[in-house]
Amino acid sequence: MSENTLYDKVWDQHKVATLPNGADQLFIGLHLIHEVTSPQAFAMLEQRDLEVAFPDRTIATSDHVVPTDPETRSRPFADEQAETMLSALEQNVEDAGIRFFGPGSGDQGITHVMAPELGLSQPGMTVVCGDSHTSTHGAFGAIGVGIGTSQIRDVFATGCIAAEKAAVRRVEVTGSLGAGVSAKDVILKIIGDLGVDGGVGHVYEYGGPAIRGLDMEGRLAVCNMSIEGGARAGYINPDETTYAYLRGREFAPDGQEWVQHRDYWESMRSEPDASYDDVVEVDADGLAPMVTWGINPGQVIEVTETIPRPEDLPENKRDTARKAYDHMEIEPGDTMTGYDIDVAFLGTCTNGRFTDFREAAQILDGEHVAEDVRALAVPGSERVKRKCEEAGIADVFRQAGFQWREPGCSMCLAMNDDQLYGDEVCASSSNRNFVGRQGSKEGRTVLMSPAMVAAAAVDGAVTDAREYNDEDGLDTATDESDPGVNA
Amino acid sequence: MVSSESMSVAEVTGSGVPVSGDDIDTDQILPARFLKEITFENMGKYAFHDERYDDDGNPTAHPLNEYDGNILVVNDNFGCGSSREHAPQGLMRWGIDGIVGESFAEIFADNCKSLGIPTLTTSPETVAELQSFIKRNPDEQLTIDVRTGRVAYDGGSVNGSIDGGAQEALLKGVYDTTAVMYANLEATEDTASKLPYVDAE
Repeated sequence: MSENTLYDKVWDQHKVATLPNGADQLFIGLHLIHEVTSPQAFAMLEQRDLEVAFPDRTIATSDHVVPTDPETRSRPFADEQAETMLSALEQNVEDAGIRFFGPGSGDQGITHVMAPELGLSQPGMTVVCGDSHTSTHGAFGAIGVGIGTSQIRDVFATGCIAAEKAAVRRVEVTGSLGAGVSAKDVILKIIGDLGVDGGVGHVYEYGGPAIRGLDMEGRLAVCNMSIEGGARAGYINPDETTYAYLRGREFAPDGQEWVQHRDYWESMRSEPDASYDDVVEVDADGLAPMVTWGINPGQVIEVTETIPRPEDLPENKRDTARKAYDHMEIEPGDTMTGYDIDVAFLGTCTNGRFTDFREAAQILDGEHVAEDVRALAVPGSERVKRKCEEAGIADVFRQAGFQWREPGCSMCLAMNDDQLYGDEVCASSSNRNFVGRQGSKEGRTVLMSPAMVAAAAVDGAVTDAREYNDEDGLDTATDESDPGVNA
Repeated sequence: MVSSESMSVAEVTGSGVPVSGDDIDTDQILPARFLKEITFENMGKYAFHDERYDDDGNPTAHPLNEYDGNILVVNDNFGCGSSREHAPQGLMRWGIDGIVGESFAEIFADNCKSLGIPTLTTSPETVAELQSFIKRNPDEQLTIDVRTGRVAYDGGSVNGSIDGGAQEALLKGVYDTTAVMYANLEATEDTASKLPYVDAE
């Protein structure tokens, strides 16, 4: 049993009651909703003649189905189902009095990108959304969990979820990141080491010098993929980096309230003598950029390593490895370097933020996407898009031959027009490489960092992005903690 | 007004459906494009859709095309990936009432619990034996006993376990948590008011 961790403290602050089956009833501080998992929940609510109990704690946006092509984004959408979904959401939020940031509002985007930008996700909160990557908000020292539609109904009706407390695993990341190595590589390394089911029954507390050294957007990327490691949630204790990021954001406290909130945030940090259910160490020193080779995020190696043979893997991972070799058309013992790509995709709740595009732009500056590659850059939110445009980054992408798109989940999961065809290979900054994920049964996904996506786009194949080190660097004055309030 | 559609689930009996493979994710169980329907009505048709039909729309040899039982038997980390409740909704509407496996992804297991579907975990050896038994005897009955966590079949029974909270919820018929938590609305407002970030009245 853990004690005095941030998880324990947040749990205690939010516990309402113990339920008949022994689970706890937890109050939810922030409920993010979108068009895919909310319609059925609203319908269930109506069936029971109930209303949304805490509309003020609910924020809506649209991300999964919205077209990212500016030509097809106008209403009504050509895709009737997408149009129905967005219309249903619009009607539902209006009826319930829920704040909605829709396309064109200036703050629409992927839930886990736009909410942090607005200062909605804060330390010491519980955050839920009908989307597994809700773990992202843990970067603030919040507890963010993905929930299913029936639980969304629960939160609508009661402001709470029924939950059982998980164990807490401290993931201590030592060392420091070399040039060209980023937060995405850290979390891929963690998932590779601990496994895709390693975190089941746990929440992950990420800490250590390599984590502390990350900026907020890097921390968001790390916490985002907690779910791919099997953990229900993942978080990083708040510190000055967190507070500096929040300062001045629309929904962040100010004035006297800032002082009070900051005290609360600090009080939520894990105690120095907190006890964990277990502690693992991961070393970031000497870490090379990571790439997946297979069909789940745990099948990952450094770009300098070779694809493992079945006998190098635990027995229960060998079957899936063989399926992966077959699907990806790779051989154990090969490297992923030189693996041809057809599509390059930069975006998503993992790596769709300003610093991700800036990092990629540093590689793309003066280069061009390979002839046989189609490349999509999809800002995670309207705010990210504006910041990139103002900083000249959008121009770099366009000049390099990337399509510069409107915000949405895009080809992470092919619920909109963006998808793979046939056995196309996609160098992707997303979080899942499951078979069929990007819209084609034969499609192949290679997960990697933004810099690696940029390098692959230029090279036409998976390659070590560190060879593209741009010494002059791109001069973009804007930094990531600038909320861009005037944007 | 607040109905508790609660029905105690003490056991699930029926023939089995063996679906082999580790790390079967919810994109496989319910492909994303079907999430564009705003009700769950048709989800049963879409369960494992892209594994069950080839590119010409002809049925493959996938277990959901070959068996018609109501107890799914699966391997490790079943239901990993996306939180889509559409996945267990699809399985349920296809006809599944209970699942036995080596392990389940958490959100998936929680979603099953919300629907009153027991997810019972057992050893890899037991799963292998069960899957093999079902393949040889597709019409034979299995019984999941929610109280004991055991699976009875072929004149005997094997050990398994159901998560304590899920077990209580299923046996007491309180897996419909809306009604249960709605009763605590006053306590909820009290808890909320003590949180610094919730605006005071």
